Amino acid sequence: MLNYVIRRVLYAIPILIGVNLITFALFFVVNTPDDMARIHLGAKHVTPEAIERWKVEHGYDRPLLFNQEAEGTGKLTETLFVNKSLALFALDFGLADDGRDIAREIGTRMWPSLAIALPTFLVGLAVYISFALTLVFFRATYLDLTGVVLSVVLMSISGLFYIIGGQYLLGKLWHLVPVSGYAPGWGMFKFLILPIAVGVVSGLGDSSRFYRTLFLEEIHKDYVRTARAKGLSERVVLFRHVLGNAMIPILTGAVVVIPRLFLGSLIVESFFGIPGLGSYTIEAIQAQDFAIVRSMVFLGSVLYIVGLLLTDLSYTLVDPRVRLE
Amino acid sequence: MAMNGGLSVRGLRVAIHHEGGDRAMRPVDGVDFEVAPGECVVLLGESGCGKSLTALALMRLLPDGLELAGGQARLGDTDLFALPEQDMRRVRGGRLAMIFQEPMLSLNPVLTVGQQIGEALEAHRHPTAEQAAAETSRLLQAVGLEDRHGTSYPFQLSGGQRQRALIATMLAGEPELLIADEPTTALDVTVQAQILRLLKQLRSERGMGLLLITHDLDVARDMADRVVVMYAGQVVEVASREALYARPFHPYTRKLFSVLPSAHQRHERLEHIPGSVPPLGTVFTGCRFAERCALAWERCHAEAPDSQTLDDGHVARCHLVSAPRPENAAGAGYPPETGRKTAEAEQVAAELLEVTDLAVHFPIRKGLLRRTVGQVKAVDGVSLSLKRGETLALVGESGCGKTTLAKAVLRLIEPTSGSVRLEGTTLDRLDGNALRVARASMQIVFQDPFASLNPRMRVGEILEEGLRSLRPELHRGHRADVVAGLLEKVGLGRDAALRYPHAFSGGQRQRIAIARALAVEPRLLICDEPTSALDVSVQAQILSLLQDLQAGQGLGYLFITHNLPVVGYLAHRVAVMYRGRIVEEGVAQDLMGRPLHPYTNLLLDSAPGRGLPEVAAAPAGRPEAGVGCSFAARCPMAVAECAQAAPDTSTLAGGRRVACHRVVPE
Repeated sequence: MLNYVIRRVLYAIPILIGVNLITFALFFVVNTPDDMARIHLGAKHVTPEAIERWKVEHGYDRPLLFNQEAEGTGKLTETLFVNKSLALFALDFGLADDGRDIAREIGTRMWPSLAIALPTFLVGLAVYISFALTLVFFRATYLDLTGVVLSVVLMSISGLFYIIGGQYLLGKLWHLVPVSGYAPGWGMFKFLILPIAVGVVSGLGDSSRFYRTLFLEEIHKDYVRTARAKGLSERVVLFRHVLGNAMIPILTGAVVVIPRLFLGSLIVESFFGIPGLGSYTIEAIQAQDFAIVRSMVFLGSVLYIVGLLLTDLSYTLVDPRVRLE
Repeated sequence: MAMNGGLSVRGLRVAIHHEGGDRAMRPVDGVDFEVAPGECVVLLGESGCGKSLTALALMRLLPDGLELAGGQARLGDTDLFALPEQDMRRVRGGRLAMIFQEPMLSLNPVLTVGQQIGEALEAHRHPTAEQAAAETSRLLQAVGLEDRHGTSYPFQLSGGQRQRALIATMLAGEPELLIADEPTTALDVTVQAQILRLLKQLRSERGMGLLLITHDLDVARDMADRVVVMYAGQVVEVASREALYARPFHPYTRKLFSVLPSAHQRHERLEHIPGSVPPLGTVFTGCRFAERCALAWERCHAEAPDSQTLDDGHVARCHLVSAPRPENAAGAGYPPETGRKTAEAEQVAAELLEVTDLAVHFPIRKGLLRRTVGQVKAVDGVSLSLKRGETLALVGESGCGKTTLAKAVLRLIEPTSGSVRLEGTTLDRLDGNALRVARASMQIVFQDPFASLNPRMRVGEILEEGLRSLRPELHRGHRADVVAGLLEKVGLGRDAALRYPHAFSGGQRQRIAIARALAVEPRLLICDEPTSALDVSVQAQILSLLQDLQAGQGLGYLFITHNLPVVGYLAHRVAVMYRGRIVEEGVAQDLMGRPLHPYTNLLLDSAPGRGLPEVAAAPAGRPEAGVGCSFAARCPMAVAECAQAAPDTSTLAGGRRVACHRVVPE
């Protein structure tokens, strides 16, 4: 098991280097520091001196991969690749264009993101499983059929509709919750209800229908017939036998997103004005702040790889047949 | 047990539920039988006869879409079909328990065996924690498992152990009647014999009734007090075992006996039952077997017979009970078979296949760097030879390497070492195009005709595909002719080319698979358990087809099977394989009549139909990586020498080869 984890972590290194190289190429070769400077200084009437000055101020004045002027190992280390790209491995994200430290900003902004994403994830999982299990309990009845039709309808509606509809009904018309905004401490509670509810509802159709299929697949297997032949009640059959086995694909499918919950949701956070990492990314894209975007892209890849590793490890928890070595 | 009054079933009907339909489909249509306390009744018939549905109906566990459509079932004085569901749950797994065919799938993979037994105890006997633990341990012992198996998950157990675990689970409620639905069909013969012995022993120890469902006449002979033969949803014959095996009455039962291959019929053609079990939804006006019956006359087609009792207590559903067949009735008997089986192939025939020291080892990798720490020797130094027109049977338990050997011969997997020569050409170093060309002379027919044909291709396309790649010189029109010819040759008719595989029955699909293999005109045909997924009546048809093809084209067959009667009937020579090695090889009749290797002995003794003699050999354990004979741990004849060195293969008189320390060449 430990061997397996170590090997997987070692495998992750070349993958991350690859990610790093690709982002470097995109951010520095395709879009050179000169282009960045021009974007920030305005396209017209930019003197070469002003561009040089901007590059020096923001630390983009070094060569890309090889520094002719530096001494010894400095020829390789005093370059943009090492200072801006490889530094990401040490979680050294550098400064944003407005001069703020990106690492610190991530540290404070991930909590509001998590405050929405984690409850959405957990409540969602519980709701989807319960809903799907109810449909399966009443399988091949009109209740089941209605549930499936409802799921398809919910799936077919754009997520934006739930956001705007929720804000209009619950916020504007009924004044139950604020339309958007955020407050630290206990005050955050009333701001979180709506985004969480919207998040759960918008995933309901898709996930419940998928889970229902997983349950139905299990319920026709031979061991379920054995369980019934023992004289167990339908409740025990469903919860212990069917749910127990269907949790293998459900849990392992869900685990992969857990690390990425920190990054928040781009859309939900911008619509509800939550100062999390999702809105941070959106703002950075709008402001053409490449340092932030580069950091978020890299962080996303790292967390995704962590998520895949956790997925494989979670198999050993829910499925006794899986032993990793 | 004062309540124990046995099971009585009257007029049981199961219907396929469909809305608005006026024509009801009844896969079980009026079944009557009894099981006395402590009696073993065998429900016998081919697949699709309604045996399993009868059992599931008794348990009230019919699958979705099927429903009980009438009849009565009493267990003691309980009317099973009148019970509310809640009370029925106490009967299910309590007084009436059931075990199933696939032990691999019938246990929950994520719960331990102990948990699954505990659950059944919980449901019926509400024990305290200590009582439950003690009782679980007692049940495990009763089925020949140990306490440690209680903490194992099903995947950690062998097939036989899983079936034992399932039996233990079902004994938890101390049933009056145990229904066993093909409990050993998925198991090896040696394991089958163990499980059947266990069921017999449990029945006499506990005074429990046993309703055993099987398609295997030999299993029925070993187990039954009485036999109930089913056909197309009805009981066609009921008789005590002695009466049935001495004098089967119903034409269907008689045919079942006559289609079984055996060594006595080596030089005869197997009888056929034309056609197959009628599909669901068939409308019958007369006797349900009339279409396939050799003795049927007008009355059989016009009027359905009732069950009638014969002088010796036999009950049969046939017009022949009350009236003899009219002398002048048309179509007496089957059309005479054309020609007898050809004589044994002359032994001067040319060598077709020569396998020398073939080995297939799979590496076991471990640790951080995935270093190879050992090897699974799936095939470990096998030498075989096969002449043109000859059939060599390869027998052995599952996992002994038979299929791996076949694939290595075909180079579908790469052998680790050794050499394969086909018609004098060494195949070892061929690759790319040369290998593809060589493959035209060797083809394989797989076990499961339902999985081995691409469901999205028409039969014609399936047959043409091989032609196109291996005989590119044929042009389109010519290929169509070849395909039509092949289909006629395997008895399907040229129309079959335009249809998809799902339109055919199992036996017909296996014919398609054979036609596909023959398309490229191979000289060697490897048949990997080609009839084990088929009913006995269909098996006879396929075996006859294979024999005709051999006689006509001089094909050599490497016939992989675990069915010893088929070996006795079909094979010229037999090679017995155990854990990757050939332990004994010889001429079929000689080897089967006078086995020398203790493993061959064990296999022959375990075959059903011989009254399940106690065998001295130990059950299979985990393979140990030892230097000695791989069979030593199970062998009743093992001596110290056997654990120290693997035996060499010695050749005896008559070309018999045996690898055993205890067999000394004369």
